[in-house]
Amino acid sequence: MDDLYRDYILDHYKRPRNFGELAPHDLEAHDHNPLCGDEMGVHIRVEEGKIAELRFHGQGCAISQAAASIASDEYIGMPLEALPDLDGDWLIELLGIPISATRRKCALLNLKVMRGAVTGDASWP
Amino acid sequence: METTTTSALDVRADFPIMSREIDGRPLVYLDSAATSQKPASVIEAMDGYYRHSNANVHRGVYRLAQEATDLFEGARARVAAFNGAETETTIFTRNATEAINLVAYAWGREHVGAGDVVLITQMEHHSNIVPWQLLCQDTGAELRYLDVADDGTLSLEQLDEELAGGRVKLAAFAHVSNVLGTINPVAEMVARVRAAGATSLIDGSQGVPQLPVDVGAIDADFYAWTGHKALGPTGIGVLHGRRDVLEAMRPFLGGGDMIRTVDFQESTWNDLPWKFEAGTSMIAEGVGLGAAVDYLGNLDMERVRAHERQLTAYALERLAEIESLRVIGPPDADGRGGVISFELRGVHPHDVAELLDRDNVCIRAGHHCAMPLMRRLGVPATARASFGPYNTRADVDALVDSLGRARDLFGES
Repeated sequence: MDDLYRDYILDHYKRPRNFGELAPHDLEAHDHNPLCGDEMGVHIRVEEGKIAELRFHGQGCAISQAAASIASDEYIGMPLEALPDLDGDWLIELLGIPISATRRKCALLNLKVMRGAVTGDASWP
Repeated sequence: METTTTSALDVRADFPIMSREIDGRPLVYLDSAATSQKPASVIEAMDGYYRHSNANVHRGVYRLAQEATDLFEGARARVAAFNGAETETTIFTRNATEAINLVAYAWGREHVGAGDVVLITQMEHHSNIVPWQLLCQDTGAELRYLDVADDGTLSLEQLDEELAGGRVKLAAFAHVSNVLGTINPVAEMVARVRAAGATSLIDGSQGVPQLPVDVGAIDADFYAWTGHKALGPTGIGVLHGRRDVLEAMRPFLGGGDMIRTVDFQESTWNDLPWKFEAGTSMIAEGVGLGAAVDYLGNLDMERVRAHERQLTAYALERLAEIESLRVIGPPDADGRGGVISFELRGVHPHDVAELLDRDNVCIRAGHHCAMPLMRRLGVPATARASFGPYNTRADVDALVDSLGRARDLFGES
């Protein structure tokens, strides 16, 4: 079995959860990774200060798409004020695969977009 | 038709890095369009220069300084002759990007104005786009593009239409596309540009490493290329220019070496080519580039081209065996250089490159510094394999085997 492209990673890549668009939505952001051309947007619906629903969209490599899919279930139900505290290590640990320096931004693009939508801070996690 | 009778090159042993193994397996280097590997003779020439002959050039009266100057200027003469150019009109720059910027600043700011057109193509590398965007933003000129057809070629009819508009001041084209591999008919294009009274620049970064190039026959006003893609070191590029055009130009960068006299308020300029070479030159890099063109000249560029054409034809044939793979660009090897961009359905180019690396197969994934072309092709990125004189059919077989494994891992999507 491949260390990076594990079955669950490929499954999330081919059948991403919470992908598409959301209308209406309360928050949104769109961003890209200029190194590889990956792009990702998110629509978020908020209820009582928590993320009630979200949809990612865009295109990219298996790592960026699977990471967004896996993380999406974690984001749903989360209070908005928890977002700024999420960092890259949180996401890498969630994925459970060895992410090299060259693929780190692939994995973190969804968190960058989420933090951008919620806090307006679009810096890399 | 090009000759196919020439025997394949067998020069892998000339390149020290090719004996490198990673995880006990040999290197399959298929990224020469990004940078080439270097033969031992280039590495030894630079090492020898630093060990035995290092001194600043053009200044010292002592013998060591003369020796360094002779090595550096001797290299320039051989680089010029290699491309059928004159020594005095062969200017060393840092890379092709700097050569194109030299023209955009020193020529462009003097000759291009509001309402003029700078004409380029959709297949250009960013280095032949961004300097013209800056020029047009500064001068109010318009940047226009020739389209790329679905088979990866340009249209001479569209070139004629653009030129007939009467506003084109400068036209700048790639000799060979770094993404599509397309070999453009540059001599024909330059002739049409000149007949319309416009100035021409060819970006030969992918041309010089793999084609016999005669800049006298192409006859462009400017021909720019870079050393590190042509078996030479990084940090050195070349601008060949027409003598009358270069002589009429103002300098690009000011400083030492490019002047004849300096007074408190003004200066006079050195002769060609040094008028455009401010500051201490990249001496070791020049010596290394001289060794690179010696090496390529000994191989004979007709044979290099025949070798890479055969390899490209073989690769196109083998890649066609992979059902879910789509090759982008000209369909046959006669119209393209040793560059093949492709898509593997259901597998992102980044993942393709990562999986191939497991087998030491080095390819490039991404936009290849050609984001407008990616948009034209409707793809976010491509995977790209490219060849050098050291590649063999075994490298192509390794590529195809590794692609098969990548496809199997991802399955059909």
